[in-house]
Amino acid sequence: MNVLMPQLGETVAEGTITKWYKAVGDSVAAGELLFDIETDKTAMEVPSMAAGVLREIRAQSGQTVAVGAVVAVLAQSGAASAAETAPRAPEKTPAPAATAEVSPARPPPTGTAGQQSPSAASPPVSPGTGRAIDPYHGLRTPEKNFGKAMLPNGARITPLARRLAAQTGIDLATLHGSGPRGRIVAADVRQARPAGGAVNASAPLASPEASFDQIKSLYTGTPYRELPVDGLRKTIARRLSEAKQQIPHFYLSSDLDVEALLRLRKEINETGANRVSVNDMLVKAYALALREVPEANVVWAGDRLLQLAHADIGVAVAIPGGLITPIVRQADTQSLSNLASELAGLIARARERKLQPSEYTGGSASVSNLGMYGVRSFQAIVNPPQATILAVGAAERRPVEAPDGTLRATTMLSVSLSVDHRAVDGATAGKLLAALRTLVEHPLRILL
Amino acid sequence: MAELTYREAVARGIAQEMARDENVVFLGEDVAKAGGVFKATVGLLEQFGPKRVLDTPISEQAILGAAMGAAMTGLRPIAEIMFADFIAVCYDYIANEFPKTRYMTNGQITMPLVVRCGNGGGARFGAQHSQSVENWCMQFPGLKVVAPSSPVDVVGLLAAAVRDPNPVVFLEHKSLYATKGEVPEGEIVDQLGIAKILRPGRDATILALGMMVSRALQAAQTLQSEHGIDCEVIDVRSLVPLDTQCILGSVARTGRVFTVEENPRQLGWGAELVSIIADESFYDLDGPLVRITTPNIPLPAADALEDLAIPSVSRIVDTIRRALSA
Repeated sequence: MNVLMPQLGETVAEGTITKWYKAVGDSVAAGELLFDIETDKTAMEVPSMAAGVLREIRAQSGQTVAVGAVVAVLAQSGAASAAETAPRAPEKTPAPAATAEVSPARPPPTGTAGQQSPSAASPPVSPGTGRAIDPYHGLRTPEKNFGKAMLPNGARITPLARRLAAQTGIDLATLHGSGPRGRIVAADVRQARPAGGAVNASAPLASPEASFDQIKSLYTGTPYRELPVDGLRKTIARRLSEAKQQIPHFYLSSDLDVEALLRLRKEINETGANRVSVNDMLVKAYALALREVPEANVVWAGDRLLQLAHADIGVAVAIPGGLITPIVRQADTQSLSNLASELAGLIARARERKLQPSEYTGGSASVSNLGMYGVRSFQAIVNPPQATILAVGAAERRPVEAPDGTLRATTMLSVSLSVDHRAVDGATAGKLLAALRTLVEHPLRILL
Repeated sequence: MAELTYREAVARGIAQEMARDENVVFLGEDVAKAGGVFKATVGLLEQFGPKRVLDTPISEQAILGAAMGAAMTGLRPIAEIMFADFIAVCYDYIANEFPKTRYMTNGQITMPLVVRCGNGGGARFGAQHSQSVENWCMQFPGLKVVAPSSPVDVVGLLAAAVRDPNPVVFLEHKSLYATKGEVPEGEIVDQLGIAKILRPGRDATILALGMMVSRALQAAQTLQSEHGIDCEVIDVRSLVPLDTQCILGSVARTGRVFTVEENPRQLGWGAELVSIIADESFYDLDGPLVRITTPNIPLPAADALEDLAIPSVSRIVDTIRRALSA
């Protein structure tokens, strides 16, 4: 126990020790005088707060030290308090030895208590017997986490099952939950364990992803650079893996004649102050199409669908190191010029990685445009929880057959729609794509 | 070994301590000449005389105020508040005076007193005479709260409470006064802050107090024989101090916890216990912590309604069975 320089008044910052009543090695009783101090305001005798042996004097007589500084160290006699050493009441009726056996998973305590301070020695997780704590003065919330309560496939795991799995190296993804509502409970983990070491050995192989070392071994002798994977990359990897694995995708494609749309855009840009892009017009057209086919403007929410009142459209934006999809809110009701300037702002801030989460979450659909790279068409991955994503290719001059049977050249754009079949069926998606085509090929409707 | 009723055990416990220590005095409404309205203190006036066993006016504040003064000046009073509900009448002593005096005088004045109360429902006494008020008392640092469920615990815990240098609220259950149990001969002294495992089990831990203890035991028996669910039943006995070693140890063995509380659900004693367990034993839990309580209502006086409100054996059985199998 440290003996501190006491506070001798609210405005006193330091004190001078004028006399020690005890020498190092002397035993001290609680309340016995230990030393005298003097400040600029007062002088007083300081008694010992506890019984023990004076082990060390750090501030000698004549020394001035700050309030709160350690002036001496007292080794307390019988450090363990009566409460800690008092035996349990003898009439307790449990049979602890017998009941302890039902919990074989408990690891034996390691280390001896004497080597560490009690707090450092106490494990974050309880040993087999309970711990005597003073619950109204301090609790020890576990510091160690044993993994998430829910697996990517939606299975839930009880805390005890998580701990047992982590401690025995069992891959929870391989277990089938037998608890209420399919929860993985401790019994499931305990049953999975008999294989012992075999479980551990096979665990890495059971994982769908090959390990880093396994992949590296395929490229020995090939020069390469290891690039770190940042949080953005990890999020993209996780979300798109989940989306492609869990969402039953289907794809519809169509070719749109954008001759009229390009003409209209030219007129707008020649007359107005705000320039609009083909992409702005397609986002607006897609939003209007979703409003015309409201059964496609939905979000899959597990056990029900959310049908959105407005069409909030995400726009995929390539940014250094990845991509992000800011959302244009109420794209169906905004004027084209508003939409264009809002989208320009979102894209600029996306590239600076300055978007707020509220600016890239929500919506029912996205637009992804790779036309600037000359891509004719591609299929995009649905951005959950949205239900559709429109992949836009490059506008290009193509020969088409006119109604009178002659051949003429026009500007065509290929789009493909990726759809979450849980939320939207093929016929609905077909109606949506047809509505989009009508809007694009009669572009004045976009402005209405 | 003699079989005593719970009410006889109260008188036996008080007499044991008064005979041992002449500083122990006993006061309350109708406790002396009448032997207590629940007849729990019969014979004490005759045995110890009117100087040490006092009938008081009908003023709970006067009773606790006198007890506090007596404790401050060296006696070890036992004060009776007839119905635990009346603690509200003299709450200043419970909340502000008893638990804080030792602290505020830097230990110069201790407060070795016991407040005994008839607690709990089941006797058709209505909303103002049936409450379980453990949680009214357990929130004050410095105040201990004990609630025995059997005659032998009444004697032993009362002795421990009288000998404790701090104020103790001792909650006897009104509906248990007529119940019987074995009480050994001779001096019995228990220890505050020790829970009792009355029935070992491996599937779930049931934490109960007062009248709920016997119902929890009956429920455990039914769960075992009819549903194959093996419950450990713990009589918590002492809420402050709390036997965390026993409770958390049991949670570590069973992984499931049910509290059975007579108090209304809102902030009942079990809320504090499950909060402690959630903090300390999170990774021992194999399912949600479940509280079985009286709903958040004033207790009805009508017998059928009161029986519906307070957790019954069948409600305990149903709740545990559903929670473990649903």
